[in-house]
Amino acid sequence: MRCLAIIPAFNEGASVADVVREIHIAQPDCDVVVVDDGSRDGTAAAARKAGATVLQLPFNLGIGGAVQTGYKYAWTNGYDIAIQVDADGQHPPSEMGKVIAPILAGTADMSTGTRFRGVGDFKSSASRRIGIELFARLVSLIIREQVTDTTSGFRAVNRKGIALFSVDYPQDYPEVETQALAHKHGLRLVEVPVEMRQRQAGESSIRLWGSTYYVIKVTLALVIGMFRSPVTTPEDGEQR
Amino acid sequence: MTPVAVSVAATVASLVLLLAVLELVRRRRLREKYALLWILTAIVLLILSVWRGAVDSIAGALGVSYGPAVIFAIGALFVLVVLLHYSTVISALTDRTVTLAQDVALLEQRLAQLEHLPASRASVHQPDSDMTAKD
Repeated sequence: MRCLAIIPAFNEGASVADVVREIHIAQPDCDVVVVDDGSRDGTAAAARKAGATVLQLPFNLGIGGAVQTGYKYAWTNGYDIAIQVDADGQHPPSEMGKVIAPILAGTADMSTGTRFRGVGDFKSSASRRIGIELFARLVSLIIREQVTDTTSGFRAVNRKGIALFSVDYPQDYPEVETQALAHKHGLRLVEVPVEMRQRQAGESSIRLWGSTYYVIKVTLALVIGMFRSPVTTPEDGEQR
Repeated sequence: MTPVAVSVAATVASLVLLLAVLELVRRRRLREKYALLWILTAIVLLILSVWRGAVDSIAGALGVSYGPAVIFAIGALFVLVVLLHYSTVISALTDRTVTLAQDVALLEQRLAQLEHLPASRASVHQPDSDMTAKD
């Protein structure tokens, strides 16, 4: 089983090298690709120095476009498992094993590390918690399965998931929509309780001024997504 | 008072606009991000069309004698906002196209340089043997 860790990074030069090194220690068999989303602070150089493969985007695509670049790399290079890890140190590489386990065991196609299933103490602002709760309920309603954390980007997929995300990945604020998208395409989802750290550096891509837009855009995308027909993935092409 | 026929026609037109935008998003022809302003436009027009009292009181306050002109004016205002927004989007796209073209040119030059390395060194990088034959 070939495993790839995908780290999207936008101006995370202060923390990305530590994350790469920690992954090499925690998961020595896992290759690491850092997708530098048009950073101007030496993120790419820091990641390269720490031993990661670096894909440097010519300008800032946003988190969705950056992550999808990683999935395209994973698909083209024949990886069996891809796991997303944040560059800001929020996702401890020591917890990667827990997230990958259901994929290795073949019991799920997509596994998400979540903060709300009783492990660790995750502190968050009230408005943010309300938003997370709201989307968890909406997604649970749409996919008729209980999800607790729709905003976590600590997520592993198998080849089926890599194929899907390489052709269809939500572009801005992708995490919530990703679960509904994966469910729509018949992926088996599972949530795994993990411990998360406070971010070492950088700030959340979701700031206060953008939160209204965030809520409206994601709700619209979720509702319309219910009426969309599934996309053809490169895996469908291989099976024919 | 706004004639009933005008209100009905305006309601139908705003509903068609709203449904057309939603259908384009569903078919992935329009991104959610760029649909939001259109959806807002359609909803405002729909409210003004259905809520006839509002149109008449706005018209009265502005001293406009023909009520439906208010719907028209507000519709035109929203279209202006959408156009201005798209101008900024096009500008951003232009910047990105320039950057992409420049990066492709630089990559092509690097690739050409790699292809013309001495065969002993180049063979390490070239899995395809007929590429060395070109030199």
